[in-house]
Amino acid sequence: MLALPCPHCGTRDEAEFQFGGEPAIRPPSAVTDTVWAEYVYMRSNEKGPHRELWCHAGGCGQWFVLTRNTATHAVLP
Amino acid sequence: MRLASGGRIDRAKKLSFTWNGTALTGFTGDTIASALLANGVKIVARSFKYHRPRGVFAAWVDEPNAVVDVRYGDQHDPNARATLVSLRDGMVVAGVNGYPSVAHDAAGALDLLHRFLPAGFYYKTFMTPSWQSYEPQIRAMAGLGQVGDAIETRAFETRTARCDVLVIGAGPAGLAAARAAQAAGASVIVADDRPEPGGSLLWDTATIDGAPALDWVGATTAGMRVLSRSTVFGAYDHGSFAVLEDRAAAPAGWAGPRLWVIRAAQVVFATGAIERPLVFPDNDRPGIMSANAVLAYLRQHAVLPGRRVIVATNNDSAYATAIALRDAGAAVEIADARAEAPNIEGIRVRPASVPLGTGGRGGLAWVDLGPCDGSRRERVPADLLAVSGGWSPAVHLFSQAGGALRWDEALAAFVPVAAGQHVAGSVTGAWDLATCLAQGHRAGLDAAGRASDLAAPHAPASALARPILPLWGLDLPGTRQWVDYQNDVTAKDVRLAASEGYRSVEHLKRYTTLGMATDQGKTSNVNGLAILADATGQAIQDVGTTKFRPPFTPVPLAAIAGLRAGALFAPLRHLPVHDDHVALGAEMRDYGGWARPACYRGIGETTAAAVKREATNARFRVGLFDGSSLGKIEVQGPDAAAFLNLMYYNEVANLRPGRLRYCLLLRETGVVYDDGVVARLAPDHYLLSPSSSHTAGVLAMLELWHQTEYPTMQVSFHDVTAAWATFAVSGPKSREIVMALGGGADLSEQALPHMAMTKTMLGAVPCRIARVSFTGERSYEVSVPSGYAHSLWRRLLDLGEKAGIMPYGIESLSVLRAEKGYILIGTDTDGMTLPVDLGLEGPLRAKKIDFVGKRSLLTPDATRPDRRQLVGLLPADPAVVPVPGTHAVLRDGGGQRSLGWITTACRSPVLQRSVALGMIESGRARMGETIDLFHLGQFSRATIVATCFYDPAGEKLHG
Ligand SMILES: [Zn+2]
Repeated sequence: MLALPCPHCGTRDEAEFQFGGEPAIRPPSAVTDTVWAEYVYMRSNEKGPHRELWCHAGGCGQWFVLTRNTATHAVLP
Repeated sequence: MRLASGGRIDRAKKLSFTWNGTALTGFTGDTIASALLANGVKIVARSFKYHRPRGVFAAWVDEPNAVVDVRYGDQHDPNARATLVSLRDGMVVAGVNGYPSVAHDAAGALDLLHRFLPAGFYYKTFMTPSWQSYEPQIRAMAGLGQVGDAIETRAFETRTARCDVLVIGAGPAGLAAARAAQAAGASVIVADDRPEPGGSLLWDTATIDGAPALDWVGATTAGMRVLSRSTVFGAYDHGSFAVLEDRAAAPAGWAGPRLWVIRAAQVVFATGAIERPLVFPDNDRPGIMSANAVLAYLRQHAVLPGRRVIVATNNDSAYATAIALRDAGAAVEIADARAEAPNIEGIRVRPASVPLGTGGRGGLAWVDLGPCDGSRRERVPADLLAVSGGWSPAVHLFSQAGGALRWDEALAAFVPVAAGQHVAGSVTGAWDLATCLAQGHRAGLDAAGRASDLAAPHAPASALARPILPLWGLDLPGTRQWVDYQNDVTAKDVRLAASEGYRSVEHLKRYTTLGMATDQGKTSNVNGLAILADATGQAIQDVGTTKFRPPFTPVPLAAIAGLRAGALFAPLRHLPVHDDHVALGAEMRDYGGWARPACYRGIGETTAAAVKREATNARFRVGLFDGSSLGKIEVQGPDAAAFLNLMYYNEVANLRPGRLRYCLLLRETGVVYDDGVVARLAPDHYLLSPSSSHTAGVLAMLELWHQTEYPTMQVSFHDVTAAWATFAVSGPKSREIVMALGGGADLSEQALPHMAMTKTMLGAVPCRIARVSFTGERSYEVSVPSGYAHSLWRRLLDLGEKAGIMPYGIESLSVLRAEKGYILIGTDTDGMTLPVDLGLEGPLRAKKIDFVGKRSLLTPDATRPDRRQLVGLLPADPAVVPVPGTHAVLRDGGGQRSLGWITTACRSPVLQRSVALGMIESGRARMGETIDLFHLGQFSRATIVATCFYDPAGEKLHG
């Protein structure tokens, strides 16, 4: 079970959090179908440092971005 | 036999138990294994594959043989390890894997076929025609114990804890570490799997700081948080450890185990070591035991498992056992594999001597001793052979936690490579008490990260400390030398696997099943991989170990589930007037996590009849429906309108206060996620009504978009679902009943048309009245704070009595909504359904802003003409209701192709025929066509029509 740092509440157990996947920057609607499909469907699935969204759903409700090493689970600054 | 004195047993508390139906006795402080040994029981189990007779080998968690069936009161454990279960009065213990008994087993003849059952036998033999055709018989022959079908009734619970330093193991090193860390100011938890702290000190005669070791244990653990009988079975992420606390010996009775999750900033691994067997011919005979186990039984339980004993060893640790046996009155000889042997008073020590074979029926009678090459042998009578092949540090948890291991040639053991981790005691390969104590003290201070004036505990250095002579089996062709007792793997099996090309230890494990039994190879793994190294010409370091994974010992799934079982697994939410529904005879079912009425069956009435009655009554008179589970999310703030307009598919910013609109919510993929009514209460105040099961999801979606994409917008969200009760009065006579409620609101068609809402007061109770309809009839949704739900429910039933009001349930509503072609999200839609597929194209053309999912609706896939579209279907046979999931097919020559499927179907009471909704390829272009339906090999036909079967002009909504 991971221990994750909520920016409001401090370090809490993983059970209190909801995973939100890799954040993607929303492009304007004028982009091509290919660029839009990249944004909606394609994720990098990194092994190693990985930026990801988490929500302290069982606590304050804050969504935040965390960088985590997916191979070691280390939370990176 | 039991000695007349000594041991850590309470001789005043005699316990009765049965073994295979025979009445035996033991004492408080016994395990089942020690009590069986005290009663002279030799054969306790039959082996897994060959049904060989087996006896108790070890004294603790490493036991490979003594798996027994235990009944105590109404509890039953078909796979208990006899060495781990504390004996209780009235226990019923039986052997497993033997018929009629483990002593006389009909399947024992299997052993005569062993030449035909080598490693990989199953893979080579049972493949024609298929493994599945053999599996039932093989499964019946294999296995350990019979699983009962009783429901688990013990209470399981889960606890969590935090500490600065978790010490795993309460042996001398662990206690020294905990003592030092605590003195340095750290909060400490010690977890240990034995009934009391002390570890090896429980059978050692050593002194610590000049006093008997157990006195030191008592003084050290006073005021220390020690979890006894608590096995740390898994090391998980970020310093979390899973611990199973055995409460079978709890004073109150046999309670279920308790699962702990302990999060520690630092951990000290003081997990000890496990003694290895020696590998030699016929080394699995009952009466052959681990030398250290013999010492443990002698000192802890005052049990002498034999009177004429040979101690066979390749290292010095077994000498303590020999001396203790001598002192207890046994005749003892030592066979030491090493060339040099010390003189021990009263014990003959044979140098360069190993067991070459054993014999005896029903137990050990003799041992052949001689040099490793078998060039000479002498038959020596013995009823107990205590063996030690050296020690394997218990590196399981250290390795699970990510620690690396190194093969130490001098110690003949895998030892931890501590890089930033704290390890102490025999897990490091230190066998000497003084060293273990010093290591523990150092590790405790390191883990605490602070100094302390406390002096390290001191013990005299051990007298015997000669190097081990590694011994991995004997080169004696034609013999059977057991490596893994529990899974019946021999040295020959390992060599066969090597000759067949298996070089990786992970492959060896899977091919031979070495180390895959319930003991997870605690005694066998190192012997097995050393033999593999020899057979493949690799260094042991290069062969390496198999990956260590949780759990260290078997963990009942019920303990992991804890309280999350049965009714508490996914608790159903109750409506505010749940009891009123039940009193009215409602059939309550799970609808999206809520217990809601399916329908209200009268006495002797079928569900179908009740649905027909309730639906008809709502159409022609008036019905009452509990809609309280429907979501209610309040959205407030100056940017509420602008924000919601970005979220919803439909335009919501131009909605006038007091008006409602049916809206879709999409995913960014364009797929319909939810539908519901959006009400504008005030310019800066909206009320959303998501589906009952989507309320939490919609709230989470709004929060995510607000926080991540539009953080500067001033808007906030609040789920008030549980705060309000909502009852729908629906039918031609609905207005008169709601009027009779009072409150003075103007309910005229001009003041409150369809899709409008108003606020009023019923006495002192705030009330909202909304014109929304899920039935197609004129409807009023009346909402009050949920504390007033019962009064309002009763009052509406009373006021409607003359008009013929009847409550109706979800199943009746499903019929009413299907007749109107109203969709149900997740039933008529799926993970591919776009708004255009539902015929809702207007907002896409009219709305200019980039609402969620819009861009995805403009892709080639979203705009292709052959998408599946929602249509109505009239079955050719009006008496037949097609099963949802039935495919519409195009019959083309000999083949057929699916055009889509039926999503909703029912018998319509008002139309007196079957009707259906379905998603059909290019459905709207096929209006009026008759198509083929196909379900489970049967064809039928249906005509494609518009989705609304009843009152398509909507006159009844307004009339
Ligand atoms: Zn928080």
